[in-house]
This record gives sequence, C-alpha cells and structure tokens, in this order.
Amino acid sequence: MTARPGPGGGAAGPLAPPVTTDSGIPVAPVYTAQDVAGGPEALAARLGQPGEPPFTRGPYETMYRGQLWTMRQFAGYGSPEETNARFHFLLGRGQTALSVAFDLPTQLGYDSEHEMARAEVGRVGVAIDTADDMVDLFAGLPLDKVSVNFTINATAPVILATYLVAAERQGVRPDQLTGTLQNDILKEFLARKAYVFPPGPSMRLAADVVEFATGTLPRFNPISITGYHAREAGCDAVTELGLTMASAIAYCEELTGRGLAFDSFAPRLSFHFATTLDLFEEVAKLRAARRLWHRIATERFAAATPAAARLRFFSGNSGTTLTAQQPLNNVIRSTVQCLGAVLGGAQSIHVMGYDEAFEIPSEEAVTLSLRTQQIIALETGVTRTADPLAGSFFVEHLTDEMEARATDVLLRIEDSGGAIHAIEQGLPQRWITESAYQAELAVAEGRRPKVGVNIYADGGDEPAPDLALFQLDPGIADRQIARSRQRVSARDGAACADALSRLRGHADGGQNVMPALIECARAGATVGEMSGVFRQAFGEFREPSPW
Amino acid sequence: MSPARILLAKPGLDGHDRGLKVVAMALRDAGAEVIYLGLRVPVADIAAAAAAEDAAVVGISVLSGAHLPIAEQLLAAMHAAGVEAPLVVGGTIPPRDAGALRRLGVAGVFAVGTSLPDVVTGVLALASPEVAAR
Repeated sequence: MTARPGPGGGAAGPLAPPVTTDSGIPVAPVYTAQDVAGGPEALAARLGQPGEPPFTRGPYETMYRGQLWTMRQFAGYGSPEETNARFHFLLGRGQTALSVAFDLPTQLGYDSEHEMARAEVGRVGVAIDTADDMVDLFAGLPLDKVSVNFTINATAPVILATYLVAAERQGVRPDQLTGTLQNDILKEFLARKAYVFPPGPSMRLAADVVEFATGTLPRFNPISITGYHAREAGCDAVTELGLTMASAIAYCEELTGRGLAFDSFAPRLSFHFATTLDLFEEVAKLRAARRLWHRIATERFAAATPAAARLRFFSGNSGTTLTAQQPLNNVIRSTVQCLGAVLGGAQSIHVMGYDEAFEIPSEEAVTLSLRTQQIIALETGVTRTADPLAGSFFVEHLTDEMEARATDVLLRIEDSGGAIHAIEQGLPQRWITESAYQAELAVAEGRRPKVGVNIYADGGDEPAPDLALFQLDPGIADRQIARSRQRVSARDGAACADALSRLRGHADGGQNVMPALIECARAGATVGEMSGVFRQAFGEFREPSPW
Repeated sequence: MSPARILLAKPGLDGHDRGLKVVAMALRDAGAEVIYLGLRVPVADIAAAAAAEDAAVVGISVLSGAHLPIAEQLLAAMHAAGVEAPLVVGGTIPPRDAGALRRLGVAGVFAVGTSLPDVVTGVLALASPEVAAR
C-alpha cells in the first residue's frame, strides 16, 4: 500500500483513508481511457442504453425523469393500530409507498401469547396474529393504490394469505395489488437468521408463493432476492453480489424445475442490495448487478423477453455503517448512501434513522430519513439524466471489476454444489463471519477510519447528545394477546379446524399451499396455527456450529 | 493457568449474531475458551449450560429491544441453577436501560458502540479469579 498523508495532514498515519475499496479492489490515483477494457465500442456494447439490454445503465429508458424512485421507509412497531398511525404519518409527509416491519414472533410464526413471544411482541415490528390484524394495519389505506413491501420470509406464505384477505375485505382484487414480498429464505439461513423450517421445505414454500403469484398477482413482486443481509452480517460488496446471484439461480432452478417457464415469473423477480459508504464501489456494484443478471438470465435460463432479464432493486442503506458515537454524523452517512443508491439506479430506497444504534427510529429520525430522500430527489438535480456516471473511466473500470469478482464468488458457490448446498455446509456463512471479524479489527486497530470512533472521537469526554429515542408502550403485549384471544373465541372453530386440516393435507401432499392458506386466513386461523401446521409437517431447522 | 471459560448465547428470537460472533472470535484470540450456544436459546438452557460448563462469565447479545425482560428471566434461571458467574449483556441497548440492567444484577453492559478491545478487556476482567472470588 502506498504511504499517504493521514487525515490530520501529518505523515503517513494509521488512519489514512485506504487506497483499496471496501472489497479490497485496488484504486489507482487516476484513471484514463486505457483502464476501460476493449475501447469505446466494446464499452458501448457492455452498457447498452437505459432500459435496454444488458441494462447496465438502468432498467427503464427515462429513469428518474420518467418516475422517481419509491420512497419506502421500513416501519412497524407495537400493535396494528400503532403501525397504521406511523404509516399515515409517513404518507402525510410525502412517503410514496409502505414497507412493513414485523415483530419477531410474526416472522417466526408464533402467536403473541406464545411463551417464546412474550418478551418480543411489537418490538422490532408490528405484531400480526390474524387476518383481522392485517385489516387493522391497513385501515384507511386503499390497497389498490398503496404499494406495500413486506419484510417477511419464513412465514411469507402465511402473511401473504392474511394480506390477500385484508385486500378482499377492502374489495380490492389480487390483480390490483402492488408491492413486494421479501420471501427470500436462503438469505435467512445465510445471514438474517429468521428461518424456521429446514432448507428443502423452505425453498418449496418460497416457490409456492412465486408460482401462486405468477398469474394471480401480476403487479406484485413475490420475491426480493437479497444480498443486503449478508452484507450487513459482514461480507463485502463483491461477495454480496455473488451470493445474491447464486440465490437467484437457486430460486429460478426450483421454479423452472416445477415446469414454470422462466419468462412467466422472471419479470416479477425483485432484488435487494445494501448501499454503504464506499460511493463509487456501490454504484459500480449496482450497475454490475444489472449486467450480471442479464447475462445469467439470457445465457443460463434463455430469457426470451427483455423484461425477464431486467434487474430491478430496492436499496437499503446500511445500519452497520452507522455509529452510536456522535449519532448526528449518521445523517451525513445516510445521505451519501442514499445518493449512491440513486446514482446506481434504485427503484426504491430506505434511509436509516440516525438513532438506530439505540432504538427503532423516532418520528423525528424517520422524518429526517424521508427528507433526505426528498432533498436528493428534488433539490440536487441528480435525477435529471439516466446513469450520470456512465463513461467515467473509473466507474466503468470498477463496474467491470465488480462483475468479474462477483462472478468468481458465484463460481465458488457453484463449485461447492450451488447456493442451497453451500449454505447447508455453512461455507458462505463462514466467509461472512470471518469478514465481519476482520472489518471490526480494522476499525479497532485504526486501519479503517471511522469518524467519531477511532478518529476525531472528542477525547471520549463529550456527553452523548440527548436524543429523544423511541420508547415502546409496555402494555402492548397484553393488549395484543387479549384482542387475539377475543378474535379466536369469536370465530367458527370447526370451520377453522377444517381449513387447518386441509392445509396439513396440502403441505404433506405437495400441492401449492397458498389456496389452503388463504382459506385458513379467511376462517380466522392465527399466524401461529398456520405456521404450526408447517412446523409439524416439515420440522424445524437448527443451525450447525459456525466454527 | 487454564484459560477463562466464557459461555455465549443468543436468547430470545433475535437473529442478529454478527456482534456476538465477532466477540467470540476476539475472546478466543485473547486466549479464552469460548462456548457458543447459538441462536434462540431458552434462558433455562443457557443457565443449565453455564452450570454444566462451569463458565466464568455468561454473555448474551440482544438487538431486538427485549434485553430487560430477557436479562431478568436469565438471571432468575441462573440463580435457580446455582450459577454464580457474572452475566454480561451486549447489543442495541439504549442509554436509559444500561442502569436498569445493572440494577437487575447484570455485571457488564456492552452496548452498540463499545470497542472490541473494551468488550474483551471487560469480559476477561470479570472472568479473572479475583473477581470470581468476590
């Protein structure tokens, strides 16, 4: 590594900004045309035009001139009523779509009254026990008009069923619904860890959802294939991209293996990436992602239509880049990350709250996150032209480099038997853990500067700013449990038991579980009961030792 | 001197295990013997393992906001199992809750923002024989 002056202007110090990207790609002091492989014509072929294959420059012809990205702050806590109030609050401040955070019991298929659930009800998201809760969650929010993202995975089919029942009660048809169900179980095993069932049945449930949605929910994305959580758990941008593509291949193989035509479902596949602080590397990653997916879709799955090879993505800003120290600095970090997502051509964006090292964001913090998006969209002019960094010697070089290195990661996964097998063996999990440790050591040893943490730390004697942090109403769990018990006692118990028994039959018999699940949700079955059917049919997964 | 035995686990339903695994690796590199029980471990199982393994320190990490009830339940379970080892808690702990955790009997609170060396030093200090003899 070349010696460079430290941030304080002194001689080469331990806190000099590194001359490699976060992924370890060396960066030269200056780039010229010679650094862009193959010359102008080869580059033009690698780029295409915005909205045209291979989509390097963006999925749509006019990009943000035609339509801004969707501003979608991830939100949810307490009971459905409280989260509904937060949704109205956000939409009232100019947010353009919703993104639901579910509490851990809901994510893991436990009712609020379950012994494992009590301490966690409503904490990291909203508690949903029945379809009635879903009705309350969207009170006053017309589901034929509001696009909704659901961060739900192991219990994604169950939650989709309750959502469809809520829409039905609003008089909204399935073909009118827009939004995204995360439904990416592989990354739960990989990084996020909210899995329930073993990998085999989990893949089957994820594919049941996509199969059901294909045709029935033509405007809805039934899966969002996600590298974000692997990144947040510790891997670098290159590995994030490679793992995302490996997962995408696994889902597509599962679906085509059922006899579905690739072009029937691929246009509704959605992706989800992290956007962190290494601005140019992130932009390069997002551009490379579109090109790489186009190559995989056409070469491997013989995509016949452009839409089946066109990658669209949601960008989540990175929580792990934020710090508890000097928390207002996080506003700046989030702004840069949001800008990176925009320059990378995101279809929807979430910006982290500056207070999330302590709590879920306060109203003030989430408003500032939304305002960050609005200011970038409306005041900076970065939306005026598509893919504004195209043709930059550096960015094109880095885009090529990201694509090549991510392809290497993908090949390593393929060599080990594909995403599912590699995850079962714990291979990518070990990469992520080791990389997380190295990243932490780099900060602890001062090799990676972190303002307010290992440099400009104010001597540690500054009092922490007095943030007005979010505080959960402690009565939430008791009220949610009481209401769910009341709803369970009011339902037709025999009809509900019949519906659950049909669901078990379909789970065992290999039919698509969605129609039976919707019947259960209509009959008032709880999330715990529906998930319990799958627990009995499929068993539960236990993670092997990480070492 | 035999290495300090540190028992680490993720109680509750929270799957955020990056921090705890990083701490486990750092403690190992500092010479400790680390027993990591993994995710979603019931408090009774943590207490039983602490007794069976004769752990010098028990460490949990909670990023879901459920640290207060979980710490209270775990301390009760450890008491019932006759475990006298100190309990340390890491994770997303708002400043207002650090004192509350200590009042419950938690010996160390390592909230988000604590440096890795400070976590290692803090845990190993609690594992030292002088502290254990108190």
